Amino acid sequence: MEYKLTTPVTPADLAPLRAGDTVLLSGTVYTARDAAHKRMMELLDAGKELPFPVEGSALYYVGPTPERPGQVIGSAGPTTSGRMDAYSPRLLDLGQAIMIGKGARNQAVKDAVVRNGAVYLAALGGAGALMAESVEELEVICWEDLGCEAVRRLEVKNFPLTVILDAHGGDLYQSGPAAYLESLK
Amino acid sequence: MRTVTAAAITDAVAELCIRANTQLPPDVAAALDRRRQEEPWPLARQTLDLLWDNVELAQSRCVPICQDTGMACIFVELGQEVHIEGNFEDAIHEGVRRGYGEGYLRKSIVGDPLRRVNTEDNTPAAITVRIVPGDGFKLTVAPKGFGSENMSRLGMLKPADGVEGVKKFVVETARLAGPNPCPPIILGIGVGGSFDKVAALAKHALLRPLDVPNPDPFYAALEAELLEEINALGIGPQGFGGQTTCLGLAIEAAPTHVAGLPVAVNVSCHVTRRASAEL
Repeated sequence: MEYKLTTPVTPADLAPLRAGDTVLLSGTVYTARDAAHKRMMELLDAGKELPFPVEGSALYYVGPTPERPGQVIGSAGPTTSGRMDAYSPRLLDLGQAIMIGKGARNQAVKDAVVRNGAVYLAALGGAGALMAESVEELEVICWEDLGCEAVRRLEVKNFPLTVILDAHGGDLYQSGPAAYLESLK
Repeated sequence: MRTVTAAAITDAVAELCIRANTQLPPDVAAALDRRRQEEPWPLARQTLDLLWDNVELAQSRCVPICQDTGMACIFVELGQEVHIEGNFEDAIHEGVRRGYGEGYLRKSIVGDPLRRVNTEDNTPAAITVRIVPGDGFKLTVAPKGFGSENMSRLGMLKPADGVEGVKKFVVETARLAGPNPCPPIILGIGVGGSFDKVAALAKHALLRPLDVPNPDPFYAALEAELLEEINALGIGPQGFGGQTTCLGLAIEAAPTHVAGLPVAVNVSCHVTRRASAEL
């Protein structure tokens, strides 16, 4: 199935999604990788606000290449999400609804996805030029000192994504290869 | 004696950094295209088509194929009759600095592994030099992303583990990597040597074009067998499931100690980049 979604989203918006579905995502997406996640945790530990409204938000794990003059964004494919596993459950419990990256997540993240009615979506790893095509606006909103790891606000249109973890415990990284191997029998 | 100037080295390295990051090597592009046309599983075929679109888009717009424009791994085959005018290593680092700046490539290097401050210009490069007969000077720039690098493994096997042990270790590495290194993957495999040598062999194996088998029929057969076994895992493009898990692999072997059987697997992705020039 293919779904069109616009951020911010609610658990009701995400409930129909199943592992293997395609999502064309529009609206605001925030970028954060390892260093930005670490700083977000420090803000939360100090009782401070996050740099963006977390309820129903989408976070994209990406460190784009620098944009050329006249370009909105450089190449912008996903980084490996597993490095954010230590931080994601806390953000999901605060209302973050969509994680975008690539690669496997641990059990704590899978549990937090189900607990909160969230989803984990894959962007195409290694397809930085293609993923950049859907980005219409970019603004660095904080921690500019982190360079490619600074938090950016992106406005995206029909950003092509694949559902990996759905709110019902589905995991495409398990079910996809299993279904293919089953088809050979 | 032939003279190569530092300025010529810098110019070539800068140009190769940009070319490597925007144009896929012909053998890698051909393997991706062939596997995509042979892929029977619908989601896998659709995914490979998008990866192919990405390669074409990057080349036509001269933008990086992948945002992880990598650590600049640079290989030099230096003829022993060549005299270098100026500082050899500085010339290479300067070429990386210039290429990554002028090419709008991402700066991904931290100056210290634990204190982690970005050097802001993607230096230093990782330089490997081999002295060869003659007066040639061949430069290869092979930018390496760390999504795949992080999934690489090294094992000090026992001689009794033999060829079956090596096969098991390689297939297990691909299985453990799963969706993380952006499959379809490409593997560089080192067998033999010592602890440090075997990793260098694996890295060097990634430089060999995918359509060139190992010249030793024994290892060429092992390459074909391993490729088939890995593609039977079903991981598929991006780990979504399918026939195409690995585009190709190369094995390099070297003499080793009577007591050892080192094996190393350097994992790379469908954006395995390399560009060469002769000076």
